[in-house]
Amino acid sequence: MAHGLINRPLITAVTLAALLTTAACSAPGSDSDTGGANASAAPVTSATCGTGPVTLKGYFETGFPLPKSLSDEFTKQYPNVKFDIREDQFAVITQNAPRVLADDPPDLMRLPQVSELVKDNLLKNLDGYATAFGWDKWPASQLEQMRVSSAGERGSGPLYAMGLNFSMTGVFYNKKLAAQIGMTQPPATLADFDTLLQKAKAAGLVPINQFNGGATGGLAFPLQNLMASYGDPAAINQWIYQKSGATIDTPANLQATQHLEKWLKAGYFSSDINSQDYATMMSRFIGGKNLFIFDGDWESGNLDKQMAGNAGFFLMPPAQAGGKQAAMSAPLTYGISSKAKNADCAAFFLNWVATNQQARDIAVKVGGSHPMGPSDAYMPAVQEGTVTASTLTAGATIGKDNGAMDFIANATGAIYAKSWTPQLQKLAAGQQTPDALLKSVQKDYETQVKN
Amino acid sequence: MPEPITGRRARRARRPRAAWLGWLFAAPAVVMYAAFVLRPLTLTVQYSFYDWNGIGASKWVGLDNYRRLFTDSELFATIVHAFELIVFFSFVPVLLGLFVAATIRGIATSRLATVARTVLFLPQVIPLVAAGIMWSWLLSSTGLANELLSAVGLGRLTRAWLGEFGTALPAVGIIGAWVLVGLCTLLLLAGMSKIDPALYEAARLDGAGPVREFFSITLPSLRQEIGVSVTVTVIAALASFDIVYIATQGGPGNSTMVPGLEIYYLAFSEREIGMASALAVALVILVLACVLPVQRLTRDGSR
Repeated sequence: MAHGLINRPLITAVTLAALLTTAACSAPGSDSDTGGANASAAPVTSATCGTGPVTLKGYFETGFPLPKSLSDEFTKQYPNVKFDIREDQFAVITQNAPRVLADDPPDLMRLPQVSELVKDNLLKNLDGYATAFGWDKWPASQLEQMRVSSAGERGSGPLYAMGLNFSMTGVFYNKKLAAQIGMTQPPATLADFDTLLQKAKAAGLVPINQFNGGATGGLAFPLQNLMASYGDPAAINQWIYQKSGATIDTPANLQATQHLEKWLKAGYFSSDINSQDYATMMSRFIGGKNLFIFDGDWESGNLDKQMAGNAGFFLMPPAQAGGKQAAMSAPLTYGISSKAKNADCAAFFLNWVATNQQARDIAVKVGGSHPMGPSDAYMPAVQEGTVTASTLTAGATIGKDNGAMDFIANATGAIYAKSWTPQLQKLAAGQQTPDALLKSVQKDYETQVKN
Repeated sequence: MPEPITGRRARRARRPRAAWLGWLFAAPAVVMYAAFVLRPLTLTVQYSFYDWNGIGASKWVGLDNYRRLFTDSELFATIVHAFELIVFFSFVPVLLGLFVAATIRGIATSRLATVARTVLFLPQVIPLVAAGIMWSWLLSSTGLANELLSAVGLGRLTRAWLGEFGTALPAVGIIGAWVLVGLCTLLLLAGMSKIDPALYEAARLDGAGPVREFFSITLPSLRQEIGVSVTVTVIAALASFDIVYIATQGGPGNSTMVPGLEIYYLAFSEREIGMASALAVALVILVLACVLPVQRLTRDGSR
């Protein structure tokens, strides 16, 4: 018995020491892995799916039917290709992306912001395919957001992802309610927009519903729109692309944030925005509970169905009449893991999505957004007067004004959750000033970019 | 890492006659415990000394992550929130549980007692995620809570309870209290059923009323059960995650951010595994620092 009593602490100590040493003898992570993945940029001349059976492993976003419709159509045209699809919500994909790409590499995957994944060598360099398929001859702005330079800045350098289509954002409005306050056409200037908001408020309507509750900071939509009205969208892109020296804390952006604060103080947003999630915003808007929402054309098809004829869309008006217009417009990014088994077939699929006539039809009808591809490519006919038609037209305006911006929420992987969301919720509650908001976001941004 | 040793030693002291053959019988459990508790715990401690994004190369940073815990006001605020939650997760359920259990014991033979017990324990059976969703509906701007307020003429008090800075944390606390009251009640009821009825009889002969009975007999006899209730609920408050994640996700503006949620965000959204691990280790130490004194305090008298 004495023997046992003496030994027990000893055994414990030895066991723990053994555990500690086995666990701690090496530093976590590795850097030897897939070092060559980034370098493979030689043209790939024979990227096809071949004739033998191929199963493409896909990791898609749940709740959006577009990728599924496209893959079904692809299997119809190329019966030897089957898809093995796993779906998750975008937030889950964002959190899983690095580990899934490293441990369970999919051939095709819906991607969050790419710069950190590229830094870790997790994504395939698509430059070879771009040359082979002629993607490099498309309008450069389509692919710009998916290029990452060796310094980690986005906007230039090798291509690491591809879009299934590209989205357009702006202001959706309820036509019946708009008629009530005498709004016959979209506002031409920011001042006109202010007047409309004030009229709606005076008429007892809720002018704007916007999701901003929980982990969502949907006020980033109107904020970035206001930033582009006051300032230069290119400067905002510089910040999002992590160009060195870029800052969000500029005089124009301060004016924009102050303008948003003015709207908040005037009661133009519903009073419960800090507990409103995206689904609530949509159901209220569709139910005719408010005049405006700031959102994107991924809802166009949905609104054409649920509010047929009663929903309208316009781009955020410029500060001065006749000024250039800008909008957040981003490709629906899909990438290929650097360890993917069927990379060639996946690239062939991405090219097919942009160039095949049926695929482009699906991109517009199911996805609601503009397909990728050359500017003179086939465009499906869309019924006049629908939201889809107006968002597609808006795309042309943005192209002409060179006003496409990525989202300020995409600047780094954590900037949305850790900075924009809490800061905008504080602004909405009157607990943060516009100046301190921008300074705080900029400070977080600098730490995150350094990491 | 001294904490698991303390825990194990305490448990082992109760079994003085275990021969080494006993280890053989314990082996399956020990292996599982080592693989799924000790190893992750050790790794967490190890990671907390590194700057690592979970995939790429890691860098040894020594105690930098721990230093940041005390200098970063945002991280420190999460710990303060956890302590505020103790009021709702621990004090309210234990006090309310004592009151309810005493009441139920008073009507022990009636059918109402069984119904009350079941109803109060129900929140424990419902998954926390479901409870969180249900409560976020109840507390929304158009939810039942606000409709009741409007119905009784308190319309100007209505608000989005989970969406306002002043009310979000207490609202989350109330959800937790609702969940934990049943557990405390049941634990305390079980404790009460062990009290010798002769004690009550004697007290009544001496002329004690129900209040005096409660404070002189029930409360002292429940010392251990109260200890268990406080321990379990304090851990639930400090390590809270699911209710907060479902109801507010830490918002609005970090006003309900708790360490558990922050660890998750750090590890999976900011990809700072080292910092997340450091906060996790700090949380373990914090929980032990709060729970061990409670254990000692409630144990001494009855042993």
